[in-house]
Amino acid sequence: MEVSSLPISASHRAKLISAGYISISSLSSISPAHLARDLGISENEATGILKVASQRGGPERTIPSHHSIVDGAQTAWDMLHEEESCRRITTSCADLDDILGGGISCKEVTEIGGVPGIGKTQLGIQLAINVQIPLEYGGLAGKAVYIDTEGSFMVERVQQVAEACIKDMQEYDSFLRKDLPARQVNLQANDFLANIYYFRICSYTEQIAVINYLEKFISEHKDIKVVIVDSITFHFRQDFDDMALRTRLLGGMALKLMKLAKKFTLAVILLNQVTTKYSGGSFQLTLALGDSWSHACTNRIILYWNGNGRYAHIDKSPSIRSASAPYAVTGRGIRNLASNCKRVKLILRARLAHDEHICRSLI
Amino acid sequence: MRKSVNRVWRRVMANKLISEMGLPKSIANIFAARNIHTAKDALSLTEFELMELLDVGLAEVTTAVSSISEISCPPYQTALSLLEQRMHNEHLAGHLPTRLKGLDAALCGGIPFGVITELVGPAGIGKTQFCLKLSLLASLPSSHGGLDGHVVYVDTESKFSSRRMIEIGVNSFPEIFQIEGMAQQMAGRILVLQPTTPTEFSECLQKIKDSLLQHHVKLLVIDSMAALVSGRDGQGQCRQHPLGWHMTFIKSLAEFSRIPVVVTNQVRSHSGDDPFHYSFQDSRQNLDFPTTFDSHLVAALGIPWAHAVSIRLVLESKSGQRFIKVAKSSMSPPVAFTFAISASGISLLHDDGIEMTGPEINAICGQGNSGLFN
Repeated sequence: MEVSSLPISASHRAKLISAGYISISSLSSISPAHLARDLGISENEATGILKVASQRGGPERTIPSHHSIVDGAQTAWDMLHEEESCRRITTSCADLDDILGGGISCKEVTEIGGVPGIGKTQLGIQLAINVQIPLEYGGLAGKAVYIDTEGSFMVERVQQVAEACIKDMQEYDSFLRKDLPARQVNLQANDFLANIYYFRICSYTEQIAVINYLEKFISEHKDIKVVIVDSITFHFRQDFDDMALRTRLLGGMALKLMKLAKKFTLAVILLNQVTTKYSGGSFQLTLALGDSWSHACTNRIILYWNGNGRYAHIDKSPSIRSASAPYAVTGRGIRNLASNCKRVKLILRARLAHDEHICRSLI
Repeated sequence: MRKSVNRVWRRVMANKLISEMGLPKSIANIFAARNIHTAKDALSLTEFELMELLDVGLAEVTTAVSSISEISCPPYQTALSLLEQRMHNEHLAGHLPTRLKGLDAALCGGIPFGVITELVGPAGIGKTQFCLKLSLLASLPSSHGGLDGHVVYVDTESKFSSRRMIEIGVNSFPEIFQIEGMAQQMAGRILVLQPTTPTEFSECLQKIKDSLLQHHVKLLVIDSMAALVSGRDGQGQCRQHPLGWHMTFIKSLAEFSRIPVVVTNQVRSHSGDDPFHYSFQDSRQNLDFPTTFDSHLVAALGIPWAHAVSIRLVLESKSGQRFIKVAKSSMSPPVAFTFAISASGISLLHDDGIEMTGPEINAICGQGNSGLFN
C-alpha cells in the first residue's frame, strides 16, 4: 500500500515521500521520534501519521468475511441472504408493491420523480406512515425522517393517511383473524405523527448540513427506517451558476446517503422534479438535475400520466425488472386503482411476500 | 402571539459564522486563514477539497465538517408537535376558509397558510372574483370567521374593483355591512398596489416583505403573476428562468410569515413543443393526446412554477358549465366542483365534488375559443 493514498495532509505526504517513505510497510517499525527527526515535524504530528498508517495497513477487520483473498469483501452468497431477509416498506398499492418486489427496499437509495401534482409527496407521506406499521401486521415498526425543502408537507394530510392506515389494520383483524380472540388496535393517528421527525430546509447549505448530520442523528435514534427528502431538487435548481460545483455537491450527497442506507439498513427516498430536454427531434420530459445525477441513485421510479390514470414506471434498478403499474391517490392515501380491491388484501399480500422471502432463504 | 413572531424570521443558517461555532481554536483559525468564514463556504466544498485547501488530515476535516453540519442544521420537530403548534397558534390550524363548503372540506379547512395557492384559468372565468371574495374574508373580524387583518392586493392588470368588492360584501354578509361604518373599515384594511412595470413589481415585493409583520397583514394576493413576469415559458432551458427570483422570494415570504398567498396565473394555448411524455413512453400510445388537447389550454409560467406552488386550483368552462378543480394539492384527492358567479361572488352549485382520477384534472378547457388568451 502506498503512502500517497493515506488520508493525511498534503504537506505531510510530500515530506514522507521526499524522505523516502513510499510504502506503508516502511512505517511499520519506526518510532515517532525517529520519524519526527526525519521529516522535520513535531513528535505529536509524527505519532498522528503513524496512527493513520497502522489503521490502513491493519490485517484484521471486524467484518465477518471468511475470505483472505480480498480484505473486507463479502461473498455474493452472504449478500443474497442479507437481501432476502431485508424487509420492504409497502406502498399500500398492491400493484405497485408487486413490481417493486414487495415494496421499497430497506438498504438502498430510491429516487422517485414526476410532474407536479402526480403524487410524489403523497407517496412520501404514505411511506412515512407505512414504515411505522407494527410487526404483527407485516410492517417494520420503524420511524421516519422527513426532510422538507419545499414546504409540501401538510400535517392534515398525514393525519388522514394515518387514520386510514389504522382502519386498514382494524379491517385486517376483523377479516382474517376472526377465529382468534379479538385484538384491539391501540394506535391513534397522533402516535404515527409523533414518530415522524420533520426537518424544514431553506437552502442548499442546510440541505448538505442535514444530510451530514443524519449519521449522528440516526445513531441516536436507531429505530429510524426511512429517510425521505422532498425534494432533493428544489434548492439546486434555481440560481445555481456554478454547474460543476452543483454536480460535485450532488455527487457528495448521493454517496453519503448510500452510505447511510447501507450502514443503518434503512430506505432513502429522494423525490425529484421534472424538466424538459430536447431529444430525437422533440421536447421530452425527464427528471431534473442532469445526466450525472441520473447515475447517482440505485433505483429510479418515474410517476407519470398514462391514458386515464397515474402510473409508476421502474426506470432503473439493479435487481428488479423494468415495469409499470397503475396507482391512485385517494382520500385514504396511495391505493390500488382497482376500486373493488379489498384493502385488507394489500396488507395480507405484503405479509405473505415477506414470509415467502424468509422461506426461500431457509432453503 | 409573541412566540410565533419571534420564530418567524429565522436566522439564515447558511450564513452562520464558523468563528462563532465553538470549534477548537486551531481548526477555526485555519478556516479563517483560508477565507472560509460561513457554514455555506465550508459545506460548498467536498471533504477532499477541504483537506487540500486547509492542509490537514481527513480525520480532522471530517470532525470539523460534522460539527459545522450539526450546528448549521435547522432543529427538528415531530409531525405531532408541528400539528399542535399550528392548532394552538393559528386560525383553524392554518387555514383561511373560502366559505365554499365543498372546497373547504377538500382543502382541510380552507386556503392553507405558509404556501402558494395558485388560481389558473382563461380570462373572465372568475379568478379575480375569487380573489376579491378572499380579500374580504381575510379582513372580516374573527367573530365572523375572518382573519381580522390587513390584506395586500397586488393588482398588475388594473382589475381591482372596490365597488364590486363592496357589492360582494353587502350580498354575502349583510349583517356586517349594514352596520354603520363597517364597509369603510373593511375596505380600509385592503391595500392595493398597482405596479406597471416588472421593476416596479420587484420593488413592490421588497416593500411588502418589510411591512408584512408590522402591519398585521393576513393575506397576500397577486393578480396576476404572469402579466409582469416573463411571458416566455421555460422549455429546455429552465436554469435562467426569469421567474426564478420572484418564485423563491414569494415562497419564502409565505413560509416565514405563515400567511396564505394567492397568485393568479394566465393560460396559453397548447403548442406542439409542449412535452408530455418521457423517453420510455411509446409515442404511439399518445396519438390520442393531440386531438383531445385541441381546445385545451396550458398554464403559463412553465414547469418550475408548477412545482413551486403547493395548491393549484384550475378554473375552466366546459359545455357552458364552470368548474373549479383541485389539480394539485398534497392534502386533497383530485376533485372538481361546479360553480357560478353571482352578486355575492363565487358560489358552488353542489358541495359534493366530482372525483377525477385521470389527467383531465389538470386540463384547462377554454370556452371553445382557440388562440392566445391574456
